[in-house]
Amino acid sequence: MAQPMGDSHRRFLQAIMSLGIVDESQANALHRSCCEQHGVNYDQRSLDDFIGAINVQLQPVFIQIRTGNSEEDGFQYRALVNMAETDVTRLSSDYAENELELFRKTMDLIVESESGSASSMDILNSADTLLTRKLKKKEAELVLQKFVQDKWLNEKHGSYSLSTRCIIEMDQYLRNTYQDLKVCHVCNNIALQSQICDNPMCGIRIHIPCVARFFKGNSDPHCPECKDFWPHEIPEIQRPPSSQHQRLSENAAPSTSGRPSTSQSRRPRR
Amino acid sequence: MSQRRKVAASQGKRRSQAALENDGGEDVSFTQPTSSQLQRARDNFTSVQVDHKAAEVVQFILIKDQKKIPIRRTDIAKHIVKEYRAVYQDIMVRVGLIFERVFGMELVEIDTKSHTYILINKLEPTTEEPLSLNPKIGLLFVVLSVIFMKGGVIKEAVLKNTLKKLRVDFEERHDEFGDVKKLITEEFLRQKYLEYTRVPHTDPPEFEFRWGIRAEKEVSKLKIIELVGQLHNQDPQIWTQQYREATSQSSQSSQRS
Ligand SMILES: [Zn+2]
Ligand SMILES: [Zn+2]
Repeated sequence: MAQPMGDSHRRFLQAIMSLGIVDESQANALHRSCCEQHGVNYDQRSLDDFIGAINVQLQPVFIQIRTGNSEEDGFQYRALVNMAETDVTRLSSDYAENELELFRKTMDLIVESESGSASSMDILNSADTLLTRKLKKKEAELVLQKFVQDKWLNEKHGSYSLSTRCIIEMDQYLRNTYQDLKVCHVCNNIALQSQICDNPMCGIRIHIPCVARFFKGNSDPHCPECKDFWPHEIPEIQRPPSSQHQRLSENAAPSTSGRPSTSQSRRPRR
Repeated sequence: MSQRRKVAASQGKRRSQAALENDGGEDVSFTQPTSSQLQRARDNFTSVQVDHKAAEVVQFILIKDQKKIPIRRTDIAKHIVKEYRAVYQDIMVRVGLIFERVFGMELVEIDTKSHTYILINKLEPTTEEPLSLNPKIGLLFVVLSVIFMKGGVIKEAVLKNTLKKLRVDFEERHDEFGDVKKLITEEFLRQKYLEYTRVPHTDPPEFEFRWGIRAEKEVSKLKIIELVGQLHNQDPQIWTQQYREATSQSSQSSQRS
């Protein structure tokens, strides 16, 4: 049975709203402090029920606190997701029409790539082909920076990938838009940055953190689907950085308002 | 769902553009429907439809509130409520309930002439939490406590000097707060945390700061005075006047809720 909503839930919701996305240690710290501030018994194991009680109440306004995993470190995150693709979310966007188009082009490049990332050069070249209003290279660079700041994209050595927040929020959109989008063979979530089976008849994808867990201690790994040899490096399982608790402020995301709405580009591919 | 979303998306651009452009416009005539008009309107819309509109209004207000922009009734009516205008009151009652029960917030009218609202936090104010979330709020608390301890109003020059002693300079970029002057004289004003007025008959003009309406509604004076007490290692009751004011605020707010 769902818990009733109390002030501890409301405070938790307010914090998630202002942060946009939190990792699991932040979520736990918040859960604890919200319970303590309102004199509610704190039980670490009950975080999912706690969030579930909030989501029941949020459902009528098409908002949800959703759980997802980072493709890079495999850790769990919680993000506030706006499920109504109405003009209201469109209004919320801090981006101009051509900036949104650049975002969609970047998404295309990332999803179509094998590595789950796109080089800044390819993205900047696509800025020349915008239909709404072309962006100069300098402008496009600034827009990309803004996407990273607002936590829609990650950037590493000049190559861009979709952030955890973006994948959690846009899950349904990505699945609807890209018909040949692959999911991870292990966890069933969207797989962009992943290892791919070499067998061209198979080609399943597994997230790198999922590979680490799935093939742990296995010296002769084989594809779980076609049984071919798995030729990629098996990484170590990453431990959550429990000793270095991040302060919430370091991760303060600019809330949901920065969401680039993509509702106008719904078009099935191929 | 997806059908609805598509339709909404196709209208989205036009509507949102209009919403942005009209932000500075005037309140259009907003006549109360007669009771028979209201009854007819209620018959026209199902409860589900009204709930749905209420959900859209909640989203609209949350988005405006992200930037702490005051929300005008005209904008809600024109861009969201639209053909449901006759049942505007019904919708807003539901909106109010959602904000209270789900978000722990309250929609407060700050200007009865232009019908402008802000969203305030109804939860028991805490000083620890916002400080850890956002360094700017830390500075805000300092400014608010300085004003409060000076009796509710402070000259700009005095505030500048006080902050300088705390190594926060109006004229210099601060590592954590960025442009301090802009933050205090623009952002906090826009968010209604502070009020900034010219002192009458001053030449050259002098300006003074007071608590803004959002601060009055959201910030506990008792917490402020306790904080000051801790800083000075004093019992807050030694500041008799401030202490009396703080305790009367907290008894008022407990009556209100
Ligand atoms: Zn996986
Ligand atoms: Zn295979």
